[in-house]
Amino acid sequence: MSDRLEVRKTYKLLINGAFPRSESGRTYEVLTERGEFLANVAQGSRKDLREAVGAARGAQAKWWGSSAYNRGQVIYRLAEMAESRRAELAEHVGLAEGLSAKQASKSVSRAIDRMVWYAGWTDKIAQVFGGANPVAGPFFNFSIPKPSGVIAVIASQNSSLEGFVDEVLAPICAGNCVVAVASERRPTPSVLLGEMTATSDFPAGVLNVVTGVTSELAPTLASHEDVDGIDLAGLDFESANELHVIAAGSIKRVFRPDERDSASTTRRLRAFIETSTVWHTIGQ
Amino acid sequence: MDKKDLVNSQLGALAYDAAPESALIARIKQSYGLFIDGSFTEASAHEQFVTLNPANEDVLATVSRASDDDVDRAVASARRAYQKVWSKTSGAERSKYLFRIARLIQERSRELAVVETLDNGKPIRESRDIDIPLAAAHFFYYAGWADKLDHAGFGANPQPIGVAGQIIPWNFPLLMAAWKLAPALAAGNTCVLKPAETTPLTALLLAEILQQAELPDGVVNIVTGDGATGAALVGHPGVDKIAFTGSTEVGRLIQQRVASSQKRLTLELGGKGANIVFEDAPIDEMIEGIIDGIFFNQGHVCCAGSRLLVQESIADEVLRRLVRRVEQLRVGDPMDKNTDVGAINSAAQLARIQELTAFGEREGATRYSSSCVLPEKGYWFAPTVFADVAQSHRIAREEIFGPVLSVLTFRTPEEAVTKANNTNYGLACGVWSEKGSRTLWVAERLRAGVIWANTYNRFDPTSPFGGVRESGFGREGGRQGLEAYLNV
Repeated sequence: MSDRLEVRKTYKLLINGAFPRSESGRTYEVLTERGEFLANVAQGSRKDLREAVGAARGAQAKWWGSSAYNRGQVIYRLAEMAESRRAELAEHVGLAEGLSAKQASKSVSRAIDRMVWYAGWTDKIAQVFGGANPVAGPFFNFSIPKPSGVIAVIASQNSSLEGFVDEVLAPICAGNCVVAVASERRPTPSVLLGEMTATSDFPAGVLNVVTGVTSELAPTLASHEDVDGIDLAGLDFESANELHVIAAGSIKRVFRPDERDSASTTRRLRAFIETSTVWHTIGQ
Repeated sequence: MDKKDLVNSQLGALAYDAAPESALIARIKQSYGLFIDGSFTEASAHEQFVTLNPANEDVLATVSRASDDDVDRAVASARRAYQKVWSKTSGAERSKYLFRIARLIQERSRELAVVETLDNGKPIRESRDIDIPLAAAHFFYYAGWADKLDHAGFGANPQPIGVAGQIIPWNFPLLMAAWKLAPALAAGNTCVLKPAETTPLTALLLAEILQQAELPDGVVNIVTGDGATGAALVGHPGVDKIAFTGSTEVGRLIQQRVASSQKRLTLELGGKGANIVFEDAPIDEMIEGIIDGIFFNQGHVCCAGSRLLVQESIADEVLRRLVRRVEQLRVGDPMDKNTDVGAINSAAQLARIQELTAFGEREGATRYSSSCVLPEKGYWFAPTVFADVAQSHRIAREEIFGPVLSVLTFRTPEEAVTKANNTNYGLACGVWSEKGSRTLWVAERLRAGVIWANTYNRFDPTSPFGGVRESGFGREGGRQGLEAYLNV
């Protein structure tokens, strides 16, 4: 063992491309699965979330306005960054989830492969879920899937990296911007992933990650008028029910994962897209 | 613009002789039971209500009010049919049943159109040329999907959800029944359909058609009633999916109600559609499009173009022509083949329209209402255009669901998009311009599920319909419409 004292990292929020501490000044103690001290992580507040939603809204038109090819490359770039920092990711996934080094490494591999999968989706979504409609009349009629807008993700509590990748990249690759509440007890892998987006050409605000106490943060997002959809992955059944009721106040799209969400499903991709259909007259 | 000049420029409606469609073909029965398990049955509590002709307030028929027990019977019937029959019926066979239903609707189309107009108040021209043919087309379209679900884009061997509870509004009674039933049945579900309280008759005629088609008992059950009947259906634990078309207010309650259940949900709710008119648009077609966009079906259309956004340079001209055109609309007997605007569907809806339009005047908008003579009996509202409307006015924000147009102006395409999107709704918009690139630029930025370019209020079974934001979620029509009824 080296006798050098390691330089520890401060785990902060990701809001609008910057890494602030919580405006509340609070942190909370995160332990490893074995109960050892891991880090003091920023304990985000409602105000942090409101800023994050504002950032996501501000970024959304530009993100959706960039080409699907470009969005694919940005997500692929994230996979490249993750690959080069896989040791660090594996260490944190291992500590957070109590996995062996080998298991953690496999989990990171799957997460990175998933990023690549999503990178390839950006320019397929319109073709797979949209199309031309043969209406009876002199119209050119086509349907394109548009993003719902700003999506709140209450990330899985257990799957600290793999789950998080699915939950945030599915809406992002469809053109949405995301405000994610990280796993409360296992937040560091998602914080690392957030850091990687900063070196992956992700425009500021496309992904925002807020760490903190889920039960305190989630209702703010569920009731936020400028959030269009919410993924309740990280909540137990009862809490998800409660938040679903709150989200219904503004007719949000609510995604509740279930046993159907195996590896190749497109349910998450479809959860936060809106088919928009244009009728254009045909004539001389 | 001086209001007096506008009035002086009016031509008035051209005179025509009355050309009434005969009501004899309707053969409406005095009373109707509930359609459960393949036959008509009395409501358990023997409660009944009447359905009126809104054009003259005559009683058309007495209809059963389904109680919680009746809804329970209907759901049990649908469950039985799902387990014992429909889930074991091949896609090809389901397909043939749906084709049969489409044909039967075509065969009885005149009768259905007349009943629809009597019960709803819409002009016979519309029920005859739009509602009923589209209902048949919807069954015809989804019939073809029933044995091709593997190719619908949701993975191999997609499964139905189970029992669907479907609640429909009064503005397009039979057409909405078709929008709900056809994809549900094609995907292999069984259904309990709740028609609107004020317009139950064509759904009950459809029940007769389902009998003629020999659709297996219980595959479709139709329970008439009011909001309590709908609530019983929404809350029933035996229902796997709720599909609702109606107001955002009720949709919100339904979403809250089903949140803690495993029920799947699709909502098609209200709207405040912007019809955006650029200065280069062909003006004659555009004026007709604006008129059709708001006065079609008395404005009882969730996707109505109720906010006209007109480019400032042509605003005076457009308003002058609109007011003149409104004066020419023929308002009156819905059974007359020349009628453009029929009766308001109910006293309650008329009161709402009157309340909001009174607010429009109070908030400072300038009102132009047609000087047409309204019938003494029935529920009527003269087609109305409001100018000088601000975005903050209630008539620019709230769904009026009546023949009332609010006119606002804009200068640049960016401003048009911003104003169009300045609403919690997001169902439909119109764009009028000769410049295709600009139309597509605007369409890309509109937050709406349907965008009509140089046209308005077009519907087709192949074309997905539905909203974003508080206009609901899920699509009806097209390949996308199957997703709402598949467990995918």
